[in-house]
Amino acid sequence: MSDIVLKLDHVYKKYKKGELYDSLRDLIPVLTGKIFRSNKENTLDDREFWALSDINFEVKRGEAIGIIGSNGAGKSTILKILSGIIKPTKGSVQVNGVLSALIEVGAGFHQDLTGRENIYLNGTILGMGKDEIKRKFDEIVEFSGLSEFIDTPVKRYSSGMYARLGFSVAAHVEPDILLVDEVLSVGDYVFQKKCIERMNKVIKSGASVIFISHNLKAVTDLCDKSILLDKGKILEIGETQDVVKSYLSRFDTKNRDASEKDIAISKVTMSDENGESIEFETGQKAWANVEVTAKVPVEKLAVVIAIKDDNFYEIFSSSTERLGIGTFDINAGETLKFVFELDLHLASGTYHLGIWLHRYDIQKEYDVTFPAATFFVHSEKDVRGVVNLYPKVIDHAKQI
Amino acid sequence: MSKIIKELYNYRYLLYMITWREIRIKYKQSIMGIMWAVLMPMIIVSAGVLVKYAFSRLSGSPFTGDQIATVSVKSIPWAFFVSSIRFASNSLIGNANLVTKIYMPREIFPIAAILSQFVDFIVATFVLTFIFCFTNIGVSVYLLWIPVIVAILLLFIMGLGIFVSAASLFFRDVKYLVEVFLTFAIFFTPVFYEVTLFGEWANILLLNPVAPLLESLNHVVVLKQSPDVKWLIYSAIVAVITYFLSYKFFKKLEPAFAESI
Repeated sequence: MSDIVLKLDHVYKKYKKGELYDSLRDLIPVLTGKIFRSNKENTLDDREFWALSDINFEVKRGEAIGIIGSNGAGKSTILKILSGIIKPTKGSVQVNGVLSALIEVGAGFHQDLTGRENIYLNGTILGMGKDEIKRKFDEIVEFSGLSEFIDTPVKRYSSGMYARLGFSVAAHVEPDILLVDEVLSVGDYVFQKKCIERMNKVIKSGASVIFISHNLKAVTDLCDKSILLDKGKILEIGETQDVVKSYLSRFDTKNRDASEKDIAISKVTMSDENGESIEFETGQKAWANVEVTAKVPVEKLAVVIAIKDDNFYEIFSSSTERLGIGTFDINAGETLKFVFELDLHLASGTYHLGIWLHRYDIQKEYDVTFPAATFFVHSEKDVRGVVNLYPKVIDHAKQI
Repeated sequence: MSKIIKELYNYRYLLYMITWREIRIKYKQSIMGIMWAVLMPMIIVSAGVLVKYAFSRLSGSPFTGDQIATVSVKSIPWAFFVSSIRFASNSLIGNANLVTKIYMPREIFPIAAILSQFVDFIVATFVLTFIFCFTNIGVSVYLLWIPVIVAILLLFIMGLGIFVSAASLFFRDVKYLVEVFLTFAIFFTPVFYEVTLFGEWANILLLNPVAPLLESLNHVVVLKQSPDVKWLIYSAIVAVITYFLSYKFFKKLEPAFAESI
């Protein structure tokens, strides 16, 4: 058996906008077309579009690949094609091994059945055998943390409980290839962490994982390699860090078109002592590099810097003026550089950097970029929230 | 052909679980629960008996126990037929979340829908047998025909069910056509009457592939005689052809299910 478990070769998928058949008049050509098998697969009529075009990639045994991209980039379509739910319009898909898809947790649940019954049902749907489910049943229940409610119909569950049970079943399938589509967005922090651990275990056991998520931190944590997708095309395949960077750069100011504005923030990057980076250790020094370009002269400016957490709560802000540097003036055609040094005493998580160009005396905002850059902070210790206060336990269960 | 069977065999436990689920949810949150499997056919039989009784009163012919037996023997498989087709036509649409999210051979859904009805049919049959034990119907060697007749009926239902499940996925119109068809089919099927009633027109009625099956059941159970083998073979051929054509149709359209549902 080859080392390649999954291979997509020039895969195309055509979709249609609007209703399938608007009227009987539309239907007749469709039916005759089906019968005569007219070879129209290369052309698009006016309501059709390519949901995927020319997708090529391979997945090796034990490899974890992330797929990132904006909504509608075609991520889920790829997963659906991989799992065999839909067929590609053109191209071939090769799958070597047992494939299991976590496309939507709890998709196989039935409202009226109890948690216990649904574990058996969903387990079977996901490809587990009867004995396998029996063997793993207790483990699944324990993983979900729902042992009290296991004999309650799932329609009485909260949506979080529902998703937890769904993921717990799915997490205990042992496939050769695991497809995961945005399932980590459910459940609380503890559960999400459990899920990531579980997936790491799956990868370590030698299975391959394809992971789709908007949670870029989870993607960087889990996958070595990633694919950036946009409008049905692969823009980039490579190291996750690089791919995430170029994904984020599509939103940030790096390549921003500053031409329309009189004065603009033309470039923002984050860096550590080795150069540009988006991943930092808690407590590490980081530099925010800002460039400002002007077409017309402007006076008395200040650069405002702010960091927001993943829920866009502002957790820190300051400015050149507030730091006592005073204001600056800029001449037409000039580009000025600003560097802020920051000590990232942050808890582990995803953070967004924003930059504002402000004039305080007339309260005018010349330019805003948010998120100008997104970065991740890791921490050895399990510190949650937004700041790292470097906790230590001095007394532990001491008798008084 | 062997591929079809192999795939179904690989997914047999899933088929079992989906069938089990259908049975389980059918009577959930109903006070009678599984009792409905017995009550439903009893109600249908009662209705049939009432019709028969009215007929015999009007025509002045005697109303015998055998007539009750005939109605029961025919209306229970008929009820199975009607409910199976109805459930099957809705089976793919009703499982849209599975059809669009997880891969499996999709014929599992209509087949499971039919099998769950089949379990009800078996339960009803046992109840009927139990009742017959206390009447003077008795047994005969011709009862050995029953598995053959039921097998043909099941195959025909599966063929039809698989077809309507896929067809109604693409065009919801089919669902309504099926309802109309099922409502009026009883008039063209000898459930509450015998084909012999129509003399020389009987053969036309027997062209309905379900008709020879119901007549045969009446023959072997109540009349204790051999069924009309010629017509039984006719039904069997129709059932096999229906099954294979439907299956081909279903498999051909299956790749488009997730997008078209």
